[in-house]
Amino acid sequence: MNASTPNDPNAVIECQNLGRNFTIGRGLFAEKKTLRAVQDVNLKVQRGEVLAVVGESGCGKTTLAKMLLGLLPPSTGDIYFEGEPLQNVDRHSIARRVQPVFQDPYSSLNPRKTLASIIALPLNVHNVGTSEERKKRVEEIMEMVGLPRRLLYSYPSQLSGGQRQRVAIARALVMKPEVLICDEPTSALDVSVQAQILNLLQDLRKELNLTYVFISHNLAVVEHMADQLAVMYLGRLIEYGASSEVFANPRHPYTKMLLNSVLTPDPSLGLPGSASDGDFPNPLDPPSGCVFHPRCAECMPQCMTTLPGILQDDKGLVECHLYTETAANAA
Amino acid sequence: MDDRGFRLSDPVSKLRDSDPTLLVKNLNVDIAVPAGTLHAVTDVSFHVDRGETLCIVGESGCGKSITSLAVMGLLPRKATLTATTLSLEGVDLMSLKERDFSNIRGNRMGMIFQDPMTSLNPVYTIGNQMEEIYTRHGKGTRQEAKDRAEYLLNRVGITAVKSRLGQFPHQLSGGLRQRVMIAMTLMCDPIMIMADEPTTALDVTIQAQILHLLADLQDEFNMALVLITHDLGVVARMADRVAVMYAGRIVEQGTATQVFATPSHPYTQGLLECIPIPGKSEPGSHLGAIKGMVPALVGDQDGCMFRNRCPYVMDACTHGNVPEQSLSDMRSYLCHLGSEQAAINLKSGAFVTAAQ
Repeated sequence: MNASTPNDPNAVIECQNLGRNFTIGRGLFAEKKTLRAVQDVNLKVQRGEVLAVVGESGCGKTTLAKMLLGLLPPSTGDIYFEGEPLQNVDRHSIARRVQPVFQDPYSSLNPRKTLASIIALPLNVHNVGTSEERKKRVEEIMEMVGLPRRLLYSYPSQLSGGQRQRVAIARALVMKPEVLICDEPTSALDVSVQAQILNLLQDLRKELNLTYVFISHNLAVVEHMADQLAVMYLGRLIEYGASSEVFANPRHPYTKMLLNSVLTPDPSLGLPGSASDGDFPNPLDPPSGCVFHPRCAECMPQCMTTLPGILQDDKGLVECHLYTETAANAA
Repeated sequence: MDDRGFRLSDPVSKLRDSDPTLLVKNLNVDIAVPAGTLHAVTDVSFHVDRGETLCIVGESGCGKSITSLAVMGLLPRKATLTATTLSLEGVDLMSLKERDFSNIRGNRMGMIFQDPMTSLNPVYTIGNQMEEIYTRHGKGTRQEAKDRAEYLLNRVGITAVKSRLGQFPHQLSGGLRQRVMIAMTLMCDPIMIMADEPTTALDVTIQAQILHLLADLQDEFNMALVLITHDLGVVARMADRVAVMYAGRIVEQGTATQVFATPSHPYTQGLLECIPIPGKSEPGSHLGAIKGMVPALVGDQDGCMFRNRCPYVMDACTHGNVPEQSLSDMRSYLCHLGSEQAAINLKSGAFVTAAQ
């Protein structure tokens, strides 16, 4: 396999051994340390699919999103966008095709601009159409996301949380992108509003044939939205596969632990047994061997010393000694 | 001395078995704002006993946090509180002077806030802050306070306790900070704990740990627990009884099983239809949606507060008082519709239709 060519030219996004390091200076004379925020991530997203990325805070979800948006250059590996390496594409044309929706609609909208100018900004930046056409486009997109026209000259402070998130979605869609990177799009919203936004995202996906990368820590929402599921832990992709498959038969102990801690609203179930009492490790000083071993319920001696290999089969990908060992023995 | 070797003596408490631990009757909180009077909490009544968990659930702005602040005596100065009864173990909290109230607060009742980063003092060590509570309430000497702090930190699952006592809040992770908050609340052996969204700022795996810890400690110390949250999953797994709040009112009350199996108020039904439930809701399907927005709580109120979002709205809803439908001793909801109609509505899927 040649590292500079994509495996699947049809995939909208493909990551190969993607990694990003940050250098952290800890004081004037202390040695600088490298924080590996994302390591060895291999992913593919097909057109019209929803890829969900889940994991605890600090696991590298947002760093991955920033790389996919072209806002952070990767330290290692490559990203291909429709078969084309992302570093060859200039920032403007990435922005035409990939757009973000951020978590907090209270801080992601400029409080001193009207909705009309917030939503039209991408059109101005990319110099699309005349001012008449831009205005028409803004009105169309507002209707599409369910914002009434009378709000055209309102300010974000006059809107509710749900309406603000609709503005953020409208701004992302105004350039007719192909991919939407949603970083926790509903976690700042109330449940009744969350349902409205999730329904809207579903409708828009069907209508515009959009591809979503959906980052969330709410596994119930992820199960509802995702086609593909990527589970990250400490910068590593530890399990990846079809969402229905991963939810039905999680393989990695961490995925099991995550799914086990989802609280479904069923009073007869009681609290789930806490499988692990451990805390999320310091990413500057990751554990040896398998990064998950200090919290793992099924930890084996080799987990503490050697990094597990990756097992890739028809069900997806898993990085765990439990599976790579048996696969090696069988072979 | 109790069996753990700590003094429980307290001049304020007058233990009477007949009194519920916390009794709130007809609580109203009004806040004067430039546009008029904001009715933050209207006619809220509930009670909690030792060993019992009451979950107050609702969306932002429904008055659940103001209710907790009212009970703790921490309302902002411009808020006015009226109630028929507000008592902790028979002690009338409304008649207490601020000085007497602060002898109870942190002592007989404790509070756990949402964000442990902002509720811990960043310039004092963990040990300092924990010991201060103990000595402030005259429970014992500094050495006793230190022993108690060590015991409790151990109890909430923190390792290397002696060195932790000398650390500052910023040196701890979010989960550890929330554990410290919980330990701190337990310093004076309270009979009631008010926890306002204790796990919202935490990751799901840590959330499960913290909820476990809270439930265990509640059992061990035989406390009343009032848990305020917007997460219906947390409510279902933690609560003995549930109170659903909307626009400053408790619109539905009952045991957790009752409320989740047969939600009767249209708002509760809507809430349960609009969350995706793994294994139950079809992935990719339309979720139910409650249309519209929470009404403004400023100015005079008339009729049902939920009427502008309710799919079953009738003429009767627009004005006058909404009758309380009382199904049993602790089960009631505020609606014009009777329980038979509510059961039919529950199956109609009106909120999903409304979302199409």
